[in-house]
Amino acid sequence: MQELLSKKPGKKILLGNEAICRGALEAGVQFVSTYPGTPASEIGNIFYGLTRGKNGKGLYFEFSTNEKIAMEAGMGASFSGLKTLVAMKNFGLNVCIDSLLPFVYTGAKGPFVLIVADDPSCHSSAQTEENTRPIASWAKIPVLEPSDPQECKDFVKFGFKLSEQFKIPVIVRTSTRVAHQKMPVVLEAMERSQKKVLGKFIKNPRQFITLPPRVLEMKNELLEKIERIRVFLEKSSLNRIEKGSDSKIGIITSAISYLYTKEALAELNLSLPVLKLGFFYPLPEEKIKAFIKGFKKVLIVEELEPFLEREVERLAKEVNCDLEILGKKLIPETGEMRPETVFSALARITGRKYKVPKNVQTLNPKRLPQLCAGCPYWSVIAAVKKAVDPEKVIFGGEIGCYMLFGNPPVNMQDYLFCMGSSIGIGHGIKKATGQKLIAFVGDSSFFHSGIPALVNAVFNKSNPLVIILNNETTAMTGHQPHPVSANSDTGIKIENVVRACGVKNVKTLDPLNQEEMVKTVKDFMAKKDVSVIIANRPCLFVKK
Amino acid sequence: MLRNSYMEKDLKQFNMMVTGIGGQGLLTVLEIVSQAAMDQGYDIKTSELHGLSQRGGSVEVYIRFGKKVFSPLIPQGKADLIIGLEEQEALKGMYFSGPQTNFLVNKSIVPIPLKKPLKEEEVIKELKKVSKKILIVPAKDICKEKLGTDVVAGVYLLSLAVFKGIIPLKTETVLKAIKKVVSKKHLELNIKTFELAKR
Repeated sequence: MQELLSKKPGKKILLGNEAICRGALEAGVQFVSTYPGTPASEIGNIFYGLTRGKNGKGLYFEFSTNEKIAMEAGMGASFSGLKTLVAMKNFGLNVCIDSLLPFVYTGAKGPFVLIVADDPSCHSSAQTEENTRPIASWAKIPVLEPSDPQECKDFVKFGFKLSEQFKIPVIVRTSTRVAHQKMPVVLEAMERSQKKVLGKFIKNPRQFITLPPRVLEMKNELLEKIERIRVFLEKSSLNRIEKGSDSKIGIITSAISYLYTKEALAELNLSLPVLKLGFFYPLPEEKIKAFIKGFKKVLIVEELEPFLEREVERLAKEVNCDLEILGKKLIPETGEMRPETVFSALARITGRKYKVPKNVQTLNPKRLPQLCAGCPYWSVIAAVKKAVDPEKVIFGGEIGCYMLFGNPPVNMQDYLFCMGSSIGIGHGIKKATGQKLIAFVGDSSFFHSGIPALVNAVFNKSNPLVIILNNETTAMTGHQPHPVSANSDTGIKIENVVRACGVKNVKTLDPLNQEEMVKTVKDFMAKKDVSVIIANRPCLFVKK
Repeated sequence: MLRNSYMEKDLKQFNMMVTGIGGQGLLTVLEIVSQAAMDQGYDIKTSELHGLSQRGGSVEVYIRFGKKVFSPLIPQGKADLIIGLEEQEALKGMYFSGPQTNFLVNKSIVPIPLKKPLKEEEVIKELKKVSKKILIVPAKDICKEKLGTDVVAGVYLLSLAVFKGIIPLKTETVLKAIKKVVSKKHLELNIKTFELAKR
C-alpha cells in the first residue's frame, strides 16, 4: 500500500482502484470519505491505510456511516475549499442522491470527484444490475468513464481539473472489470502537502441555500454550465476518433467495451473507425454527428442498457437519417460485456467469419460462497433453528455476510433487498399479515440505515424480532471499521441505541451461549411489541 | 502430453487463467506472473474478482500478456494455459479453452457442500472434450511433504509451468518477480517452492 506513495517515476502494476487512489494523490486530494462497497471497497481501505501514522498529514480520511453521510461530509469539505474525493458502489449512489442532486445545483467550491463503481453481472452485488449512467442526464452531472487503470488515474486527475474549472462535482464511473483490472501504470509527481489540512467555510447564501426562487435560477445556471462544458469537451482528447480504412461502418464505444472492441478489431483483422468516448455526459454531440455523418452503419458497443445508443439515434436524425444504428440488437442488455460478444457482433455487421467455439461442457459444479468455518453466525443460525420452526417464520435478510443465510443448507431467508430493509419490509409484512417474523441486520448495516426502520416499527407499533448480528466489523467488504467496531473508540453501545429507539424487549448476548439465545428467541417471539436481540461475537478476522 | 512450443512462437499474446477456491493464493500467482511479464517487456492485463466470492466460493483470475493486450478477459476458447488449484474448479477453464490449451491441475478434490464430489476420471474425461493436454500434478501433497504446507501449491504449479516451458517466461525473471511481489515473511517459503518445482 505504501508503494502507492512512491516518488520514483516509472511504471507500476496497479489495480484500477489503486490507480484511482494514486490519481487522487497526484492531484493533491485533501479530504476522502466513503462507505465500503465492492467493487469500490479497496479505495477506502487504501486511504485508511495511508492516513494512519505519519503519512496521514495533509490528507483527511473517514469511513462514514453510510454513503449519504460520506457524500455530505465530502460536500462540507468542498464547500470549505478542500480537494475532495468520495467513493462508493452503485447502490451507495441511490442512498446519497438526496444530497447529490442539490449539490450539482450549488456546485462545488473545492474540486470534487465522486467515484461510483457498477457491477455488471452482479459478481459482488445482490439487489439489481444497476447502471449508474442515467443519473448523469437526470442530475446533470459530468460522468467520465475510464477503460483501464491508466485511464482511472488520468481521468480522476482530469475530473479534479474539470471540477475546479467549472465548479461542479464530477463522477468517475467504473465497473468491476475496470476497478479490478491490473496493468502497468505510469506514475507522475504527487501534489501532496505535509501540513495539516485546514479549509475555510466562507458564508455565501446565494451558493449554498437551495430555497426557491433562487433554486430555479440555480437550475438555469446549471443548464448553462453543462452547455459550456459540452462545448469545452468537444475539443477534449478524452473523446477521440481512431481512424480506420472502412468508410461505411463505424463504431462508438467507451469504458470496458472499448477494450473488447479493440480486441475484436484485431481478432477479425478489421480496420474500422472508432469513436472512443471518455465522457458519457455531457456527450460531444458535434463530434458524434461529424463521426456518423458519412456512415451506412454504426455499431454502438455498450454494456447494459442502450443509453448511448438512444443518444446516437437522436443525433443521427439531425445528420444522417438513413444510418443503421446497431447495438442492443446484437449485444445483450443483461450481464457484463465479454470480448466474444463484440467479436460476434462485429462479424455479423461486416460479414467476417467468427466461429463461436462450441461449448460441449456438461459438468460445471457450482461452489457457492459459504460462511467461514467457525463464523459466529453459525451459532445464531443454530439457536434460531432450535427456538422456532423455520417453516412457520418469515426470515428477513439484507446486505452482509449473513445474506448467505439464503444458501443451502441454512435456507433462512425469505426476502433480500438493500441495507436496513430487513426491518423496514418486516414491519410492513407484520402490519399486513401478523405472521411471525425475524429480521436479521448486521452491525454496520444497522448504523447504515437500520435505525430509522427500527424507530418506525416502534412508532407504528409492529412486533418483529430483530436480531442484530454484531461481529464488530464490516466483514463482507474486507473488515472496515464502523461506529462500534473492535477498534473504534466512540463509546457507543448498540443496546443503548436500541433502547433509545424506544424498544423495551432488548437482550445482548453471546450466541455461543445457545441455551440463553434459544430461550430469548422463544420469549421474544411471543411479545406484542418490537424486540431486539444483539448477538455479540467478533468475526474470526477481527484483531483485538 | 504437454509440449514445449510457446518459447519459439512469436508472442502476440499469452492467455492464462487460474481457477480455484477463495483463499488458495490465486492472487499471488497473478501478481508473480504479471510482474515477470512486465519485467520481460510485455504489455499485460489482468482481471480478478473481490468480495463475497472469496468466502470459500469459486474464484478465477485471468492474466494476459504479449506485445499489446487490450482486454482483461480472455476471449472464449483462447486460453493457452489453465492452472487449476482444484480438480472440479479446473472445469471452469473449459469455456476459455481450445485444443491448444494446457491444463495443469492440482491433484486435489475439495467437496462442494451438499454435492457428490466428482471423481478425477470424470474431470479428466470432461476436460478432454476440449484439449488433450492435461497434466494432473500432486502439487498439494508434494508441497505438504517437502515444505509442510500446501498454501503454495499455486506457486508450485506456476514454477512447474515455467520449468516445463509451457509459459513464455524465463526462470530468472519469475524468480526475480517472486522476490519483488511476495512479502518478506513468506519469501523464503516461496523461493523454496520455486526450487522444488525445478527437480
